[in-house]
Amino acid sequence: MTLKQLNEKTLAWVKIAILLMALVPFIRLIIGGFTDDLGANPIEKITRSTGYWALTFIMLGLSITPLRKLSGWLWLTRIRRMLGLVAFFYACLHLLTYLVLDQFFDWDSIIKDIIKRPYITVGFPTFLLMIPLAVTSNNALIKKLGGKRWRQLHRLVYVIAIGGVVHYWWLVKKDLSNPILFAGILSVLLAFRLFSWWRDRQKRTV
Amino acid sequence: MKAKIPRIASSEITSPELYADRRRFMQLTAGASLASLLPTGLWAADKLPSTANPAYLLSEKTTPYKDVTTYNNFYEFGTSKEDPARNAHTLKTRPWTITVDGEVKKPKTFDIDALLKLAAMEERVYRLRCVEAWSMVIPWLGYPLAELIKQVEPTSKAKFVEFITLDDPAQMPGELSQVLAWPYTEGLRMDEAMHPLTLLTFGLYGEVLPNQNGAPVRVVIPWKYGFKSAKSIVKIRFTETQPVSSWMQAGPREYGFYSNVNPSVDHPRWSQAKERRIGEFFKRETLPFNGYAEQVASLYTGMDLQANF
Repeated sequence: MTLKQLNEKTLAWVKIAILLMALVPFIRLIIGGFTDDLGANPIEKITRSTGYWALTFIMLGLSITPLRKLSGWLWLTRIRRMLGLVAFFYACLHLLTYLVLDQFFDWDSIIKDIIKRPYITVGFPTFLLMIPLAVTSNNALIKKLGGKRWRQLHRLVYVIAIGGVVHYWWLVKKDLSNPILFAGILSVLLAFRLFSWWRDRQKRTV
Repeated sequence: MKAKIPRIASSEITSPELYADRRRFMQLTAGASLASLLPTGLWAADKLPSTANPAYLLSEKTTPYKDVTTYNNFYEFGTSKEDPARNAHTLKTRPWTITVDGEVKKPKTFDIDALLKLAAMEERVYRLRCVEAWSMVIPWLGYPLAELIKQVEPTSKAKFVEFITLDDPAQMPGELSQVLAWPYTEGLRMDEAMHPLTLLTFGLYGEVLPNQNGAPVRVVIPWKYGFKSAKSIVKIRFTETQPVSSWMQAGPREYGFYSNVNPSVDHPRWSQAKERRIGEFFKRETLPFNGYAEQVASLYTGMDLQANF
């Protein structure tokens, strides 16, 4: 066995290990909630943590293709779906925290926020765009849609990633260091794709 | 003719909170006679004797000491609200002086230990409303800033007061980052500075201010957003023209000179209509002037508060 290909059993273990690690932030929030260890403003803490991890897992999902191309580890593609679903899981928690814990279904305030607060105006549709991607992240629907259409649909992840970073950037009061970090990572990931696309075109024309 | 037995309206019955506050007030008053024995060289967490001022007690529940001292903004020690409590141990609060100058007849440098004895130390329970839409209720210790201002005799040209925080990255590591224009500066109009609510503050919860809360001396202006209440002050300057604060420089559209708590003027990024009181689940309606309208609204009669936010 080489690192290029993993057998099914090893891959299953790798997936379980990644899933467990991916759930650590969630479990820490649960424990923190029960032991009153989320600081003076727990709702703010939960909102920030779930948002941070949603964005982080979007970036991890986007780094799969570059990593696979650089390392030649073909199996990496097979953990990508899980990373995307974990991102969706944290994004759902993030939105639910806002709707339930922060606003407590105050729809009037929520609608005003969506219209008037630029970071929410961007953040809310960005979440909505994640739904069709999560729904079609299973073999049955890939088959039904056909590989080409499925791939076209899932290119929405680029819009989602940009939307997520803009959402973060616009909500920060003054210290932009974290949003800048995410923007930097996303730029590298997108630049890699542009570069591959350009090189493939060169090859074809030669 | 039957004598009428007056009915007691429920509003006239003392609430348990108020009752507890009165008890506390009496206990504190009893302890106040010790104030004359004030020792010199007080350090954070040392007891700071004071007399509770009954005119400034709230029936609202005070925010726990732990939350007040571990969750606040003090960018000199980092931009997260947990940073000040983590990093402020590097601040040295002795020796410490405040230089008061500008448009005054008697410019003077006050030593912190002299300043502590300048006027009777009072305990006052104030609401604090952060511009980020959270709030607390804090028992501060201090005396009106007016007491200090009287000492230096401002001239007729003194229209504004500027507060300047310590600028020393060795003690305040957050100043290594250019996130704000250092030193941190804030300002008030003269009538705001002289207002009896404006408190020159040395302690909270019966103790000397912890470093992270602006030791050894800060101001507290309870009807304005929290950032107006400058911390760890080393200089007070009286000026003829309106000072430009650090936050005004950072975002002129977001932070105005007045920054009075106003639920009808939104911050560009979020609504100011409601706030989360730390420790509570449901948001509260934000009150105009943070609930101090009766005392301070007259300072702004005829002013457009939408334009002068």
